[in-house]
Amino acid sequence: MIIDLPSTTTSQINSRLVRLRDEGGATTLGRVLTLVIVTEDGQRTDAAIDAANDASREHPCRVIVVARGARQAAPRLDAQIRVGGDAGASEVVVLRLYGELAKEGASCVMPLLLPDTPVVAWWPFDAPVSPSKDPIGQLAQRRITDAAAEKNPIKALEARKAHYAPGDTDLAWTRLTLWRAMLAASLDLPPYEKITEAEVTGEADSPSTDLLAAWLTDRLKVPAKRYKATSGEGIVQVRLDRASGAVDLHRPDGKVGTLSQPGQPSRRVALQRRSVRDCLAEELRRLDPDEVYAAALKSLSKVSKGRAPAPAPEPAAESGNGKAAAAVKKSKAKASS
Amino acid sequence: MTTSDKWRNPLRDARDKRLPRIAGPSALVIFGVTGDLSRKKLMPAIYDLANRGLLPPGFGLVGFARRDWADQDFMQVVHDAVKEHARTPFNEHVWSQLAEGIRFVQGTFDDDQSFDNLASCLAALDAERGTGGNHAFYLSIPPGAFPTVVNQLKRAGLAQTQADQWRRVVIEKPFGHDLKSAKELNRTVNEVFPEESVFRIDHYLGKETVQNILALRFANQLYEPIWNSNYVDHVQITMAEDIGLGGRAGYYDGIGATRDVIQNHLLQLLALIAMEEPVSFKPSDLRAEKVKILSATRPAQPFEETTARGQYTGGWQGGQKVPGLLEEGGFSPESKTETFGAITCEVNTRRWAGVPFYLRTGKRLGRRVTEVAVVFKRAPHLPFDDTATEELGQNALVVRVQPDEGVTIRFGSKVPGNTMEVRDVTMDFGYGHSFTESSPEAYERLLLDVLLGEPSLFPKNDEVELSWEILDPILDFWARKDEPALEKYKAGTWGPPSADAMTARTGRHWRRP
Repeated sequence: MIIDLPSTTTSQINSRLVRLRDEGGATTLGRVLTLVIVTEDGQRTDAAIDAANDASREHPCRVIVVARGARQAAPRLDAQIRVGGDAGASEVVVLRLYGELAKEGASCVMPLLLPDTPVVAWWPFDAPVSPSKDPIGQLAQRRITDAAAEKNPIKALEARKAHYAPGDTDLAWTRLTLWRAMLAASLDLPPYEKITEAEVTGEADSPSTDLLAAWLTDRLKVPAKRYKATSGEGIVQVRLDRASGAVDLHRPDGKVGTLSQPGQPSRRVALQRRSVRDCLAEELRRLDPDEVYAAALKSLSKVSKGRAPAPAPEPAAESGNGKAAAAVKKSKAKASS
Repeated sequence: MTTSDKWRNPLRDARDKRLPRIAGPSALVIFGVTGDLSRKKLMPAIYDLANRGLLPPGFGLVGFARRDWADQDFMQVVHDAVKEHARTPFNEHVWSQLAEGIRFVQGTFDDDQSFDNLASCLAALDAERGTGGNHAFYLSIPPGAFPTVVNQLKRAGLAQTQADQWRRVVIEKPFGHDLKSAKELNRTVNEVFPEESVFRIDHYLGKETVQNILALRFANQLYEPIWNSNYVDHVQITMAEDIGLGGRAGYYDGIGATRDVIQNHLLQLLALIAMEEPVSFKPSDLRAEKVKILSATRPAQPFEETTARGQYTGGWQGGQKVPGLLEEGGFSPESKTETFGAITCEVNTRRWAGVPFYLRTGKRLGRRVTEVAVVFKRAPHLPFDDTATEELGQNALVVRVQPDEGVTIRFGSKVPGNTMEVRDVTMDFGYGHSFTESSPEAYERLLLDVLLGEPSLFPKNDEVELSWEILDPILDFWARKDEPALEKYKAGTWGPPSADAMTARTGRHWRRP
């Protein structure tokens, strides 16, 4: 059910929500968190709502979408309430803010937060430079950004590092979980040897690749090199050197990886790129500060960058203007690890 | 080069809660792979684990059965089972990874050659898939075949390990049919596999709600102060099924509801509800508390009054005409097997003295439900008129194990209006409302724990033996007593009249779940 409330106030929205609950049963009972999605009003807003609805099947929540519209218009608040089939296991309140109000999103969100439950803020596209200082970010315990969805992903990651506050997290980090799990599991097994060097290869504008290299250098206390891949999507290859031979995890096609270790048959691993829905559900699973992410961010500067991948499977031919190339690829590829 | 116990994996960090524990390289061998359990639960659970990225890259799955199948036939069976029953969506990439490690060995339990074939199949898997000599044997077979299979595994050299390898054996209920047979079974298995590598599956312990009992009790301040005989009047543990026993005669005839369910599931639930706080959640500490509470538990006497048993007769149930037990195929028309069992236990500790624990289970009851109800005493003084509290019952806390997992608290509340009238209302927590729509299946959790070698959710031999010590006197009494005869109850009801009588004798009554 979708209910439009044009030119309204938050108290009208609230009383409508209470009435819906009386009529329709148990909406808002058992909600475990409030998820605030901050976007610019436009088509992409709906994609973010869909991802949130999917994630709500795992974490029933109230979703508040703050869609900021034209700044030049007269100040106005248009709201839309979605419940039942149009809202997954959540209830969605879309707030469209126009004019001066567009900057005052926090004031509209505050009265709609569920009592006594955590608040999570998510910027699915462009995030503020310092999420923890943003008015909506300050309402939230946890702030989710997505470097890969920004105009310049690598720069965005640098900004995350510069302005990190406990409770920040980025989907570029979430996309790494499968890779990290696989690498950690491979070191659970003999030979129990120290890793001497780490090499990570990935797309030029894949922030996850940078983060993975940073995490490895932080955890292993060894130099890590980050190479630009000439083919493949997202992260393409990780190599951990050690005395008896390297652990090598290679994913040329963005779907299936091959794990090779000396003395063992090489094995194929399903390593499909993760959807935003998956990543968001994982993010909502934990609401405490992610110290491991913080440590990885801090180590970003220790990663040395190289041009050509070490075991160069294809001839290296990275076009000089990385920015332009990145802009072309952005639409299809880099939004997943 | 360091050894496995000195090695600290630098990529692991206790603060890194995102990283799942992935099982190490291993192969799972399922005996009795053509059975229902294997198709409906085990195979889908293995796929779901793979889909969640929790199985190692080189995982091997070996089926062992009498059928004349090739690897491809077995693969097809697994494929169909996964498509039909898996919880997570079907993903071709995950499946093709998994399928590469699927093998089938045709043979019978008494044939040496079959087990030699199994040994060479596993050796080949170690070489091709890198399963590293780590093998788990899942015995989804009648307990009568355990000794043969276990000894065959030993003879074929499949039970011996070299350094850094492990062998584990998974067995299912019934763990014997009385104390003597349970001990014998434990001895047979332990002769070949040491106790720490024996995993007894009690799928109830893999359920989220059952593990939540521990969180509810020991993570909250709210309940522990009233969790004792000062406030608790009695505890009811119910596991009811609405299905009958058609087609299960071979397993069930002569075993009965009490051995089938109370011995394992219900006594384990009792232990979790009644035990003291473990000093930590290490498997050994958890088990120590369970063993303590089970050793303090006795069946309440006299058994004529504190126990009940019955057998369902045919009738109309939920819009269907259903046969009685004696008309079900495979059961002898004179079968004395009980399909309903209820017992009263007392827990002889300071915390629980005087609080009866009522345990009941049955087939063809009113509906399918498993729950634990802790029923509290009435308030010692009610400053209201008698008429105001006529409709006020006892407060209760109910842990709903299945279906509709959750917790309900029942308490009195004023009825709106200008007179003072108090009536029972409920506060409800539903897992489905507050958490994941589909929490992992019990078998998923348990199979992963087997592969990880994490024993906390598996009952050990002493727990099994203690449970039989509690039940044996009742089973002996029932076996001795001819009169009154085994009571009958109509399908779709909540058991025989004696079940109501056993609670009514102390002025209590069963909840309708």
